[in-house]
Amino acid sequence: MTITEKILALHAGVDKVSPGDLIEVKVDMALANDITAPLAIETFEKIGTKKVFDNEKIALVADHFVPNKDIPSAQQVKLMRDFAGQHEIKNYFEGGESGIEHVILPEKGLVLPGQLIVGADSHTCTYGALGAFSTGVGSTDLGAVMATGEIWLKVPPTIRVEYDGSLPPNVVGKDLILYTIGLLGVEGALYCALEFAGEVIKKLPMSQRFTMANMAVEAGGKNGIIEPDEITLEYVAERSSEKPLIVKGDRDAKYEKTVKIMVDEIEPQVAFPHSPANVYPVSKVGHISLDQVFIGSCTNGWLEDLRDAASILKGRKVARGLRLIVIPGSPWIYKKAIQEGIIEALLDAGAVIGPPCCGPCLGGHMGVLAEGEKALSTTNRNFIGRMGHPKSEVYLSNPLIAAASAVLGRIGAPDEL
Amino acid sequence: MKFQGKVWKFGDDIDTDLIIPARYLNISDGSELARHCFADIRPDFAKDVSSGDILVAGRNFGCGSSREHAPLAIREAGVSVIIAKSFARIFYRNAFNIGLPLLESEEAAEGILEGEQVAVDLTRGECKSIVSGKIYTARPIPDFMRQLIKAGGLVDYIRGGERKL
Repeated sequence: MTITEKILALHAGVDKVSPGDLIEVKVDMALANDITAPLAIETFEKIGTKKVFDNEKIALVADHFVPNKDIPSAQQVKLMRDFAGQHEIKNYFEGGESGIEHVILPEKGLVLPGQLIVGADSHTCTYGALGAFSTGVGSTDLGAVMATGEIWLKVPPTIRVEYDGSLPPNVVGKDLILYTIGLLGVEGALYCALEFAGEVIKKLPMSQRFTMANMAVEAGGKNGIIEPDEITLEYVAERSSEKPLIVKGDRDAKYEKTVKIMVDEIEPQVAFPHSPANVYPVSKVGHISLDQVFIGSCTNGWLEDLRDAASILKGRKVARGLRLIVIPGSPWIYKKAIQEGIIEALLDAGAVIGPPCCGPCLGGHMGVLAEGEKALSTTNRNFIGRMGHPKSEVYLSNPLIAAASAVLGRIGAPDEL
Repeated sequence: MKFQGKVWKFGDDIDTDLIIPARYLNISDGSELARHCFADIRPDFAKDVSSGDILVAGRNFGCGSSREHAPLAIREAGVSVIIAKSFARIFYRNAFNIGLPLLESEEAAEGILEGEQVAVDLTRGECKSIVSGKIYTARPIPDFMRQLIKAGGLVDYIRGGERKL
């Protein structure tokens, strides 16, 4: 069995599963945010169960429209807060304790290798970087999980992507995943598990692994997963006292297909509007002037991403007329970034630093684009109207390219500075 | 289970941001969400859609976010069924969970035209064009999914005690 199949079998209480099987599994953590929780709570209440299945295995995170941007969003968070209070939900995060859900859950040691996590957010697949099975569901599913602690799933076939060779300068996990989505297409992994493997992955820091697993859903994937190794275990040991469950795939595991990618010739990638699969190497982008650059989100709001951005922006200035917005993924990252002098470098360069949240990524809050504006963003989606006006454009890249582009005023690479 | 209605046609990769833009996600009320359904790409949709109408789309319908507001907005706008070449995974689950049936059919998605009257037989997995009489077959919906639709969605399915697979 593949690593995904093994984790699913384990949580279904059976010895073996095969792609296509419908199984019922127990979940280790169920997650919702201020957009998806209200509908999930409505479902939970309609079901009529008095108590949540386990008040330690539910995480509710206010991160999309916070600090609340208007009265309706304030009502949504209030509903979630009241529910959390009523059911004594241990992992309720708001205000100064809150950050982007997919950043703070791993950071607080709330998701571990071998676990099964469902979340009412499509980027719940991020935790696959830790060797967990995690996938996005809707609010009704999540409401039912809060009542029962279980969910039915169809076992996905696994597509294995192996990366070998050595990474060229300025090429990071974000480029590997953009390149892969470009190769597979936005439905290339539809209903499948995406397993990332190979020598290159074994050397990637956790932050870049999170980025890759995060974007599995942009290829249609049900989950993205990386076999846990020393780097995973070190990350987890620093954050949790629980013993991680290390699940590895069998040598004779059956894959839907295996894609091999040699990374030596890969350049930093830029996804053009309006699809994350519409990728070009940065040298082929041409002259695209920008109104805004955003560095942050559950894809690239990690400490290492801010470090990368600051390494380019230190001692430089953002181009005149361009708005650079930087949002650390969590309060811990924010604090570290202050201690390391990252925030000062960014401020000196002319960046606006936002409070940890999802805001600009989905055009919800802070950094909304006007008609005809162009933005380069380190986020995961560049759909029509994603960051604001339906006639605005979003390009995607890694934080190094984003930082260099903020200085250049157009999309470009650090070596042009 | 049978439906009949007028067809609204869409292309490939219709994402959840297009179905219900994020600026409306501070709303959880279905009927209010329905008023903004496809606001950016078909501003006339919410106004002109009639109860029972059918959506026909290309590949990967509903890709993107997990927001259940997307199928909810479509259902509340009055749409009875969506036929597409393929659906994104989370959208597929969400739609069935709230009692909105989906059918996958390459040929129906190709052949059916905007504005046509189409009759859909969910049990048989058949779509019939009323004017031409042409019949398209779709991938049959698994039994389990049909039971979900019959129960009116996951909540009633669970309440009815039919949850165990």
